[in-house]
Parts: sequence; structure tokens; C-alpha cells
Amino acid sequence: MNLRKILKNGFLILLASLVLTACATQKKTTGQLQGDVYTGKDSVEYLASGVPDRVFFATNETVLTTASRETLRKQAAWLRKNSKITVVLEGHADERGTREYNLAIGERRANSAKDYLMTYGISSDRISVLSYGKERPVDSGSNPLAWSKNRRSVTVKAN
Amino acid sequence: MIFRYIILFLILLPLKVFAVIEVDITRGNLSPLPVAVSPLSIDKDSKEEFKKILKKDNIGSEISKVVENNLKQSGLFNPLDKDAFLQKPDIANLKPRFEDWNLIKAQALITGKVTFVDEKLRVEFRLWDVLAGKEMMALAFTTVPSNWRRVGHIITDKVYERLTGEKGYFDTRIIYVAEEGPKTKRIKKLAIMDQDGFNNKFLTLGNELVLTPRFSPTNQMVTYLSYFRNLPRVYLLDIETGMQEVVGDFPGMTFAPRFSPDGKKIIMSFAKDGNSDIYTMDLENRIVERITNYPSIDTSPSYSPDGKYICFNSDRSGYQQIYVMSSNGKNVKRISFGTGIYGTPVWSPRGDLIAFTKLHKGKFYIGVMRADGTGERLLTENFYQEAPSWSPNGRVLIFYRETKTNSKGEGFSAKLWSIDLTGYNEKMVKTKTDASDPSWSSLLSN
Repeated sequence: MNLRKILKNGFLILLASLVLTACATQKKTTGQLQGDVYTGKDSVEYLASGVPDRVFFATNETVLTTASRETLRKQAAWLRKNSKITVVLEGHADERGTREYNLAIGERRANSAKDYLMTYGISSDRISVLSYGKERPVDSGSNPLAWSKNRRSVTVKAN
Repeated sequence: MIFRYIILFLILLPLKVFAVIEVDITRGNLSPLPVAVSPLSIDKDSKEEFKKILKKDNIGSEISKVVENNLKQSGLFNPLDKDAFLQKPDIANLKPRFEDWNLIKAQALITGKVTFVDEKLRVEFRLWDVLAGKEMMALAFTTVPSNWRRVGHIITDKVYERLTGEKGYFDTRIIYVAEEGPKTKRIKKLAIMDQDGFNNKFLTLGNELVLTPRFSPTNQMVTYLSYFRNLPRVYLLDIETGMQEVVGDFPGMTFAPRFSPDGKKIIMSFAKDGNSDIYTMDLENRIVERITNYPSIDTSPSYSPDGKYICFNSDRSGYQQIYVMSSNGKNVKRISFGTGIYGTPVWSPRGDLIAFTKLHKGKFYIGVMRADGTGERLLTENFYQEAPSWSPNGRVLIFYRETKTNSKGEGFSAKLWSIDLTGYNEKMVKTKTDASDPSWSSLLSN
């Protein structure tokens, strides 16, 4: 158990140092960004085994990427299996935008996710939407990688 | 509460007008006018009385310090060092020896007297033109002693108006969002303070996220966004009574509120199904009106001072731009065409200009343009800044600025800043906590 923790932490440090060296050599792909959409696992939590809780967006964008749609299909499958569960989709923006517009874009991102869940058979009664704009970043950094983690819609169990 | 107490008795003493000194506020002022602010003279008995009530040794000097600081902050005046003053305050107020004041290069002189009369504070003050050797203005007024800082602000407003020909902005307040805690879990409270940072007071406890407070035209109400019970809605707060209520009954997030210039309506955005449109609600009859109807984000609405037009932010062209329309939602016209994206338009109280935030090549700017979109002028550039709010005379903008964090995510701060319309006199406005989303009140007294 302890050993596992140490290994896990060691792995994270290794990963972090890889990211840092990647930044230092100024390569655009750090392995965690595709374009400027976050593809890493940092900050991602799981609604159930193999069901990631969040999807990420490009700057100023609210359309779902291929990876996001895959994540949402997993969420839809999980929601179909657990028909009593209701969820809140929390939409967020990065710090590089005016506060009011970011509230609107957070709402739009969460609705992109909601629409997709609905096309996979989840009733809108089970989904509510909440925008936080740029008020609740997960990463407090002021750099493209931090911003990419913050542009997100997170599916949160409501009951 | 405060507002009720401030019935000010303005008595105009006879005055003769010989306009010799003039301060041009339309250009960046690189040589501020040297002005001597003589401490207000005070008799022994009054001094003792005020000491008892206000715990200040000499309220006369304290009031003149308020005036001095205001004049200095404006960037248009250079208050001279009191140590160089040759004439005593009481004698100067009767009849200044202009040679003495000329010697220290003062061009204008402010003198005055404060007395304790019937439990009240009575102030008289005079503005003198040193070069011409003439009195320019004399005023007296009476108020409750606890209003002493406001007395200093009112004196400054009168002096400013007499010397620049335009109304001042010193007897005003700022409502803003006080911020504390880590960036990922910021605690935000509504706070209100005098324009010079004094008399700071928190209006909410920080239990829920609050954003974008804006004054009503009479400064008694505030409209803002609150996440009470995790439902982001536009609220109305009565500053005197502390009463709060939700504005309207919308099945989704309402945000970006502002008052109409007559104070009768709230204009705001309502977001539903990924689409934000602009709505108004009449505060008397509660009638809700939809102003825009477009599949895009329409937000940050702000009325022209005559109430006939609305400027707002929309991404209907693909990116955030500024638009102007009639107050009924017709005749929508895009006015921002420069490079970059534009947000937070806010109409000047003078009606001629619209202030905005611009993002271009990773930098944020505060700027102004005419209401038809011409004459764009950028006043200040930084890593992040937004949300300008006008001083009531339309000469100064207050906004907030955030710093970049380092690689560990440390070093974040948010502060209020002000800048002249000329682009000069950029200054941080001191607040005890971090601060954002400032809104400037109108003049509390006229």
C-alpha cells in the first residue's frame, strides 16, 4: 500500500519533470495538449471505474472534441445503468477572458455536454447546468497548460 | 443609513468671479497646479468637542488632509508642503497675505474654519487666486460630525469644479468585490468604500460567490450576481436596510446586471440552453422584456445616459465584439472593428464615449471609443485587466488588474486601478484585501 503510494508519487514527479523539460525545450506538444485542448489525466476524477468526469475545450470554443464525445458516451452509458442518478454539468472558462462573457461561455460548454448526453438517451430532467465562468479554476497557473485544464465541463453527481 | 443623515446645508456666501486660474483637464496634465491647502482653523472649544466625539486631535487639519490627498490623487494639482506655509490658518482665512503664498509658488490657496455649533460640524472655506489676489469662492455648510471626511470630499469637489469648470468626483463611493484565499477557492464579498479607500465596509459575509456589483443611479441600491444556493442569479440589495431579493423568476442563470439611467429597470443577460440574450425587468411592475434574440452570447449591456441606446457585448460575428442598439433592441450595429476582441462596454456618463476591455495578442487593454465606433484609444496595457467603470464626471476610469502567477501557481493578486481618460495618472487604488469588479457611484451630494 505504502509502496504503491511511493511509486505513484514517484511517477507523478517523473511526469511533472517530463512536462517541465518539454516546456523548457519549447515543444508545442507536451503530450498533454492537442492543439490547445487538454488531453492529460491531471485533475480528472472518475464517476465510476473508466468513466472520466470531465471534458476539455479549445480556447474560445464550445464544440466537443472526439475525445470529449468518447468521454460523454461513457458517462451516458453509466447514467443509463444508474437511472436514479442525477447530475450537474459545471461549465468553466480560463482566466483569459472578461468575467461576464466567461460566465456565458461556461454555460454554453456545459450545454454542449448536456446536448450530447441527451442524444445518448439521458433525459434532460436528470441534467442541470451550472456555469462558474472563470471563478473556479482547478489549476492556478498562468500558462497555456493550466488554462487548458480550466476550460472544462465537469459532470458532478447531484444525489 | 448614512444617506439619510447627510442633509447638507449649503449656504452660498457672496462671491465675485474673476476667472484667472484655469486647469485644463482635457490634456494629460504634466505640470499640476501648485495649490496650498491651509489647515482649517479651529477654536479651542470646538477642538475639544470634536476630540471627544471623533477622537481626532485637530479635526481642522484632518479635513484639510482629505482635501490635500484628493487633489494630489487627481493628478491635476500639486498640494504644497505645509511646513513652508508662513501664515497661520486663522489669519489666512480672514485675509491671506498673497505675497507670502506667492513666495512658495502657490497659485491657488484654500483656507477655512471649522466650528462646533449645536452638536453639528460647521465648515466654511474659501478658495483664493494668489496671483490675482482675489477670492474665487466662499462656501459654508453644516453636517453631523461623523461626516467629517465627506466634508473634505465636498470641499474638493467645489474647488475642482471652480478650477476645471467640470463637476468633481470626490464625494463618491466605490462598490467592489473583496477577494481572499487561493485562486482555486476564492472567497468573494461585496464591499463598499469611499472613493479614497476610507470607510470600508463589507456587505456580504462571503458564504456564497458574488460578482459584478453596480450602483443604482441614486446609489441606494446595488444589483449584482450571487451564487446563493448555487443558483447564479441577479440580485438587488438595499444598502441602507440590507434587504436582498432575486430579480425576476428566470429558469436559468441571470448575470451581467446594470440599472437603467432612470433607475426603474435592471438590464441583464439570461442564459438558457447555451444561448445568452439580453432582458430587462421593470422594478415596479416586474414586467420582463426580451431585448435581443439571437443564437449567440449577448451580454454586458450598458445604457446610454439618456436611456435611448444600449451598448453590449456579442459574439454573433464569431468573436466578442461591441454592438450598439436602440433600447427596444432594434437597429443593432457593430461598432468595434479594430484587431483583437472586445468586451465589457460601458457608456460614459457624458454620453460621448464607450469604455471597453480589449484582448489582443495575449495582452489586455482598457480603452475608449466614440459611440459610433470611431476614435478608438487604448489607455493602458497589461497581462490582465478588465471591467472599467466611469467616475461620475466621465474623466476617470476605475478597473481591476490581475497579476500572472509563477510556475508554481503563486503570486496571484487582484487590485483596483484608476486612470485618467487622457491615459495619464494611472494609480493603484488601495484596498485592504484583493479587489475586483469596481463600480463608481454618482455624486452623493451636488
